[in-house]
Formats: sequence, structure tokens, C-alpha cells
Amino acid sequence: MSAPALKITDLKKTYATGTVALKGVSLEIPEGDFFALLGPNGAGKTTIIGITAGLVNKTSGTIEVFGKNTDTETELAKMDIGLVGQEVNFNPFEKPINIVVNQAGYYGIPRSVAIPRARKLLTDLGLAEKMEQNSMTLSGGMKRRLMIARALVNEPKFLILDEPTAGVDVELRRGMWDYLTGLSKSGLTILLTTHYLEEAEQLCKHVAIINKGEIVAQGGMEEILQKHGSDEAKKEGYRGGRLEEVFLKLTSEKTV
Amino acid sequence: MTIYQLWISFYTMLRKDIVRMFRIWVQTFLPSVITSCLYFLIFGAVLGSKIGEMQGVDYMSFVVPGLVMLAIVTNAYSNTSFTFFQSKFFFRGIDEILVSPTPPWLLILGFISGGVVRGILVGTIVLLISTFFTGLHLAIYNLFIIFGFAVLTALVFSLAGLVNGVYAKSIDGINLVPTFVLTPLVYLGGVFYSVHSLPAWAQGFTYINPIFYLINGFRYGFLGIADIPVWISLSVLGGMIGLLVAINWYLIRTGLGLKQ
Repeated sequence: MSAPALKITDLKKTYATGTVALKGVSLEIPEGDFFALLGPNGAGKTTIIGITAGLVNKTSGTIEVFGKNTDTETELAKMDIGLVGQEVNFNPFEKPINIVVNQAGYYGIPRSVAIPRARKLLTDLGLAEKMEQNSMTLSGGMKRRLMIARALVNEPKFLILDEPTAGVDVELRRGMWDYLTGLSKSGLTILLTTHYLEEAEQLCKHVAIINKGEIVAQGGMEEILQKHGSDEAKKEGYRGGRLEEVFLKLTSEKTV
Repeated sequence: MTIYQLWISFYTMLRKDIVRMFRIWVQTFLPSVITSCLYFLIFGAVLGSKIGEMQGVDYMSFVVPGLVMLAIVTNAYSNTSFTFFQSKFFFRGIDEILVSPTPPWLLILGFISGGVVRGILVGTIVLLISTFFTGLHLAIYNLFIIFGFAVLTALVFSLAGLVNGVYAKSIDGINLVPTFVLTPLVYLGGVFYSVHSLPAWAQGFTYINPIFYLINGFRYGFLGIADIPVWISLSVLGGMIGLLVAINWYLIRTGLGLKQ
């Protein structure tokens, strides 16, 4: 049996300000999964992602990516990861093609390989016309797609998406989800955080809900919906999806 | 990462920085060239003719090594401090490297190499310009010492710039050190005079100025004259490199000022 794409054990994080972001999170994402990590703002989702990707220092706990410990086999673990962060974090004076090719370089991929790969990714993501223009000319949705291209240029086995569709219009969002669904079907493991719960419900096989630094529910999507769902969601005129009902139930229990 | 992959990652960082510095050459190269021309004109051509000789050489030839060193110091320092600060604060571009398998020591090497390249490039331009003020005459006593001191000095101030870039919380934090620390140290480090021409109490202050040792060694490479033995200058350089490498290694490896 192969190692899980991500195995987090008793992960704790206290920021220098004294804020306790994670109180001992344990999480396992099987290889090939499309996994949703959901929670209200400030629940600890981005902290988990930041620690996994090497952007945030943990206080304690262990993380393994495809069996490689991020403390002792850092380089090998990072080779398998692609990250689309929550904030736009590229130089707007750079061209999209250069941003993606440079990212490949940091993974040790030579330009002769990176340039055609970057061109294909940018074309697949609908940025063919824009790849030689300054990135500051890109719309919000285009910037998000550029970040996806950048995250995929090292051909990761594990893609982390931290609210990738925030501020993206409906049509573009659907296009992005179609693209990501295709990637998932090709075997790529995806970890997604989003506030669009209906999308998580449709796309993801497994889900974990985090609140105030603790996992409050974890399992298969149907399992979670069955276990925590209420009759409320079946009523006529109900406003949201089933997952939204479960989400509110689990997170409000803890916050009120 | 394999050695080849490490090389590609290093090359990517260096290439990106060199492309940037040439793209904005008006900001990166031109200021030092104009400033140096003014120094050569005022201290060399105008005042120098009245001063005559310093340590047995004409004053213009005496100040050239110090002014070249000034260009190397300020450019190496500001390049590294600014590029690192920019990638940390503007758009969080540093995340591109932090998420990648590029190890911390290579990140340090990548950033400081850009500073070394800019320091050497600007220093070379200033040196070439100086020949217009010395009647196309350029004294070279030991090319190896000149090149060695130029590279090591650029390395020291690139490393120092990286420490500044890591700690700086605002753009003011980047400008404070060059304005209030580096420039006075360079001016008081013997660019325009020999330490022997100072009163005894002032000589004491000069000997605790690290830049004095760099200018001393560099000048020896050009003119064959030195206020103190060159091996002492080299030892100071080596000590500074060791100390700054250790500080940078600690800062980057622990993510201090970089990671939350």
C-alpha cells in the first residue's frame, strides 16, 4: 500500500503574538484524492497549508508528503508539492512566461524543458495571449490561473489550492474547476480550501472541517453529510447545499 | 536536489537578478557612475592638483582605489538588501523560493551573488571612468590582489545587505544603514587620505573601521603602498565573511523574519 499524499500528525502552531492557530491537528489525505479542508476564517486552514509548503514554522508535530518527512527529507518532500496560495504573490512587472519558467528553475528544471512546459500550461489555462505581457495587465481571474500554472510547472504529485477561486467570476470559476477535475482524474492529489461549499461538495471525495485550530469532522464526503446532516437541509426552500448545513452546524457549535 | 538541479536553481536566481539590474540600469548603474565622475572631478582634478602627492603618488591615483571601493561597497550592499526586501515585502515573491526544494544555503548564495556581480560591474565601470581623469594611466601593482579584494569586499557587503534585507521592516530600514553607517565609514576609512596623515587619536578610530582595511588592501593592489600589512586586511575580510555567513545561515535556516 502506497504512503498517503499527506499525513499530518499532532500538528501544533502558536504564533509569536501568542495566538494558538493549531491545537494538535491530525489529517491524512490518500494518494489521488480530491480533498476539501474547510473552516471559517481564522480556523487554521492557511496555517496548515503554510507549514506543509514550508512558509510557516510549526511549533510541534510531523508532516509527511508521500512518506517523506518535511523536517528530515525537506527537499524530496517539496519536490512533490505545488502551491497556489491565497494571496497573489508574483512580481507584476514580470511576464507570466518568466514567472512560470523561473519557478521551474527553483525546482532544478532547466529552461530548455521549462519554457515549452510553461507555454503549454499557460495556453491550457487560457493565458496564451497574455504570456508575454506584464503580469500587471492581467485580470483577477487571470492572475489566479497564472498561479495555477506556476504551481504545476514542476509536475507535482500533490497540488495545494488555498482559496483559488476567491474573487473569480462564476464562468471562470467553473472553467477552473473543470481544469482541476481533469487533473484530479489524471491522478494528481489535490487539497482544496474554499468558502464555496457547494463546489467542495460536488468536487471532493473527502473532507475535513476545522474550527479554532481543531478538526471537528473528517471523512468521506457522503459519510460526513450522512453523519452530521440534519433534516433542515431537506426542507423546501432551503438556501444552501447539504455541506453548508453540516459546516454551519459543526462550526457554530464551537463558536457560540 | 542533484548538483545539476542546484546549479539550475542558483542560475535562475542569479539570472533573474541580473536581468532586473540591467532592465533598470538608470537606477542600478548610473547613480554610481555620476557620483564617481563628480568625485574624480572635484577631489582629483580640482583639489588634487593643489594637494600634490599622498604617500609618494599623485593625489588622483591615490583616491581612485578608494572611490572604486566605495562603488563596490554601496552597490553590493544595496542590491542584496533591496532585492531581498522587495521579494519579502512586495508581493511575497520570496515564497516562490521558499516553497521550492531550493535549500537555505543556496537561497543565500543566489541573493548575494547578484550583489557581488553588481558591485564588480559598477566598480569596473568606475575604474574605467577614472582613467579619463588620470590621462588614460592606470597603475596596477598586483592584479590578483586587486581582483581578490574587489570580490571579497563585494561578498562581505552583499552578506551584510542580506542581513539588512531580512531585518528591515520598511523601505526606510533599507536606506538607513547605507546613509548613516556605510557612507560615513567609507569616507572615514581612508578613501581621501592616508591614516598616517591623521592625528594619533583619529588614527585609533580609523583602525576600528573595517572599511579602512578593505581600502588599504585594495590600494596596495594598485599602488603597492599600504598603511598596514595586507595580510591584516585579508584577515579582517575573512573574519567579516565568516561572521556574516554564520548570521545569514542562522536567519535563513530558521526563517527568522521570513516565516511566521
